[in-house]
Amino acid sequence: MIIGQIKNGIVLDHITAGKGMILYNFLGLDKLECQVALIKNAESVKMGRKDIIKIDKVIDINFDALGYLDPGVTVNIIKDGKLAKRESTDTPEKIVNVIKCKNPRCITTVEQELPHIFVLKDKERRIYRCLYCESRAK
Amino acid sequence: MRSLIDIQELSPEEIDRLIAVADDIIENPGKYAHKCEGKKLATLFFEPSTRTRLSFEAAMYDLGGHVLGFSEAQSSSSAKGESVADTVRTVSYYADIIAMRHPKEGAPMVAAMNCDIPIINAGDGGHNHPTQTLTDLLTIKREKGRFDNLTIGFCGDLKFGRTVHSLIGAMSRYKNVRMVLISPDELKIPDYVKQTVLDEKGIEYTETNSLDEAMSGLDILYMTRVQRERFFNEQDYIRLKDSYVLTPEKLKTAKSDLAIMHPLPRVNEISVAVDKDSRACYFKQVKNGKFIRMALIMMLLGVE
Repeated sequence: MIIGQIKNGIVLDHITAGKGMILYNFLGLDKLECQVALIKNAESVKMGRKDIIKIDKVIDINFDALGYLDPGVTVNIIKDGKLAKRESTDTPEKIVNVIKCKNPRCITTVEQELPHIFVLKDKERRIYRCLYCESRAK
Repeated sequence: MRSLIDIQELSPEEIDRLIAVADDIIENPGKYAHKCEGKKLATLFFEPSTRTRLSFEAAMYDLGGHVLGFSEAQSSSSAKGESVADTVRTVSYYADIIAMRHPKEGAPMVAAMNCDIPIINAGDGGHNHPTQTLTDLLTIKREKGRFDNLTIGFCGDLKFGRTVHSLIGAMSRYKNVRMVLISPDELKIPDYVKQTVLDEKGIEYTETNSLDEAMSGLDILYMTRVQRERFFNEQDYIRLKDSYVLTPEKLKTAKSDLAIMHPLPRVNEISVAVDKDSRACYFKQVKNGKFIRMALIMMLLGVE
């Protein structure tokens, strides 16, 4: 399968196989008018299989959201056909407005403008809890 | 500006200091009668309360301060849809410190993030109730003389019981404390309390449905009410409300120096006949509540 090179854009590499579509939807890539390629189950020496997303435009990427959804994703910024910057995502300490608190008793359920903030409480088990009510992120 | 949202924000040393001040207030109330002269406490109670609100108000009056506020959401602008942030920002121009109770969990945290005066969490939904915990700790210290080497039974609604969550958090910081969690399956302690407090701190605990089996091993029995206001389904409340009723008969196997505690209000989980038992401490808790709140108000206002 051949997918053309990007001149100015972003390549999200090392996505856990199967999570590409989740990231695609979360980042709102379906709303972009530029070319976007989602490659599923690409061969990878390091990972066996991986997903890759290529975006033919430089957009703002929410690194915290990426790190929460799939830590270890590599973000490659391409400028003039060359790799300009490469950053790896990690499990973020805090995520803001990435997910919503599901606890019906949480203050965020009645105050619509409050940011939904989750804080990393257990890095090993990747457990996040709501800043306000301490409910576990689901 | 320091607030108190969660009991874990106070170190054991700070709790010791608060208890020492509360003890001194009990012995020498006159010494403290003018400590907060010219200061105002706002009690913002978006949910009904008798003990907590009145003890806060009595505490401030006994410190020589003044009190303003409201006792139900309907008599405030929150009934018109005003946010917690806007309400506390407004009140902060009129008062020096706020005690807030709110049915939604995390509301006092939102308040603390949005104003420049100290916020005291006076209970947020089924989440936390740190001043009840301070009250409980003062009572434990006065009744048992220590916080370590104790077996504490928590009985009743351990799921929504915010006083239970806060007290477990506080007691888990002391040595050789064992906990017996007595509840119906539907009202067991939330996982987050188990994981972030009991497991993380290596506290020895057991879960059981049987109060009778646990009774003889307890130094403290902390009874709780099954709270109607926490249920979305009335049928579930009716089914669970009488899960445990403490009677003189049930206390026959208990230790002679057991301390029976309850944050109150009770409905029928402790028979009135138990009130005459010398081991009943729940009305002492009520009395202690005012003194520890006096100590806390002074601490947060920076009054020596």
